[in-house]
Amino acid sequence: MSDQKKPKRRDFLFTASYALGAVGVGAAVWPLVDQMNPDRSVKALASTEVDVSSLEPGKSITVLWRGKPVFIKRRTQEEISEARAVDLKELKHPEKDEDRAKNPEWLVMLGICTHLGCVPLGDKGEYNGWFCPCHGSHYDTSGRIRKGPAPTNMEIPKYEFVNSNTIKIG
Amino acid sequence: MSDHNYVPSSKLGKWFNDRLPLLTLSAHLKEYPTPKNLNYWWTFGGILTFCLITQIITGIVLGMHYVAHADLAFDSVEHIMRDVNYGWLIRYVHANGASMFFLAVYIHIFRSLYYGSYKSPREVIWIIGMIIYLLMMMTAFMGYVLPWGQMSFWGATVITNLFSAIPLFGESITNWLWGGYAVDNPTLTRFFSLHYLLPFLILGLVILHIWALHVPGNNNPIGIDLKKPSKDTVPFHPYIVIKDLFALLLFLIVFAFFVFYSPNILGHSDNYIEANPLVTPAHIVPEWYLLPFYAILRSVPDKLLGVVAMFASIFILVILPWLDTSKIRSAVFRPLYKQFYWILVIDVLILGYMGAMPAEGIYLLIARVATGYYFVHFLIILPILGNKEKTLPVPMSITEPILGGSAKPEMVKKNFN
Repeated sequence: MSDQKKPKRRDFLFTASYALGAVGVGAAVWPLVDQMNPDRSVKALASTEVDVSSLEPGKSITVLWRGKPVFIKRRTQEEISEARAVDLKELKHPEKDEDRAKNPEWLVMLGICTHLGCVPLGDKGEYNGWFCPCHGSHYDTSGRIRKGPAPTNMEIPKYEFVNSNTIKIG
Repeated sequence: MSDHNYVPSSKLGKWFNDRLPLLTLSAHLKEYPTPKNLNYWWTFGGILTFCLITQIITGIVLGMHYVAHADLAFDSVEHIMRDVNYGWLIRYVHANGASMFFLAVYIHIFRSLYYGSYKSPREVIWIIGMIIYLLMMMTAFMGYVLPWGQMSFWGATVITNLFSAIPLFGESITNWLWGGYAVDNPTLTRFFSLHYLLPFLILGLVILHIWALHVPGNNNPIGIDLKKPSKDTVPFHPYIVIKDLFALLLFLIVFAFFVFYSPNILGHSDNYIEANPLVTPAHIVPEWYLLPFYAILRSVPDKLLGVVAMFASIFILVILPWLDTSKIRSAVFRPLYKQFYWILVIDVLILGYMGAMPAEGIYLLIARVATGYYFVHFLIILPILGNKEKTLPVPMSITEPILGGSAKPEMVKKNFN
């Protein structure tokens, strides 16, 4: 039959109805899916200001930013030179310490192991940096992954010094 | 089956049954012809139904006292334990009930593996069962998050972070799952909502599972097709009902032992510490029933491939009816399969143990070997075995070897337990 090649008016109507129906269902479902994304109140907490004036060299504090721990470490001279002396070829995820800590004394990074999200412990591990107790990842004094299952270095969030005593994260 | 012609005796019953044939259904369930050689491994279907109903009832009651909020959840669980009348009992039954549910489902699944119940014509029963199993794991995982203790929080963090291994969309997916940038209150409230919903989906699937079972009828220990009804079958009521009830009583003794004598032995003490997003417990361990999969996840050194291997280990079970090429169902007549079956049981037990141990040194090595063997069993051994194995002769009926006929009685006898 020749009408196999020539779609009938009815076929066109069916296809058009299915297509319009699919668009309608999609439009109805999207709000139900999107409601699970971070809401406005969560996004409103996008930045945190931290007073770091009382932090001694060699000490660190952990603050919560968007529900995640952020390590703020005031590094000692030895820790800085140790981080800067590393040959990039030794690194699983090569990043210069200069790029990770703009102001070498201050290391600000997400305290979340890039493996499965645990919080690493400070001043521990084989590289004097951080050690994740969950699955054994070792990080150096720049928070770079040196040993263990984690794929990448600990993440550096967006931050800036509002003045010499205050860091704004986010 | 005779129940198609079922006519209620009372006039009212007939009036109702003509409009909604519920009485026909109940007559069918009573008369349903069941192989008369079913052993106690077949009683776990009934036990599992009991477990599901118990979880739903205790869960609904707990939901009357529990508060799904990150600031209040932990205290509300303690409130249930200390203040609510019998709250301790209801919560312990619910928490240990989850473990009992998984204990029963593992026995049920391994019974199916031994007697080949997943094979034609029962593939759809098996696949529905696997979907139920997957939903059970999701429900149990989300339920474990609700008390908002340290293990709840960090278990939720590790498991949801599995999705961050997905290339390109990983981060958007985890943020979508969390409703934020970390596990927090929005995560808790949605887990509560879904934890309440999923058991009812499971209940619906259980009804389909039983419906699909009643089309071909039960498999049996010698795995042969039966004429129904015949000398080889007995009606479900009272024969199987009584046997199931007796098995349930024995099961309840174990259940009650956990609830009354060691209600926390299957849990983790860290979950009595309130969730703290700044401190990770030293050892994050999932509940015991998820340990074999956790071992598979950790035994692969690459993050993405580890997640893929873990999901593959579950998916592989779904396609099992087509991986096992043997026409003979029961392991009773498959001498080689019987040995590989027990090796698989030991392999899974080893994986479970390794999942509880730290992922390093000798533990990691053993976990890797056991993971490899798990996949070899399903992907290589089963397809080849079906063609190579010399199976034993299978009797024509259950009664034939006893009442005469050609098959060798001594061979089948050992199945009459």
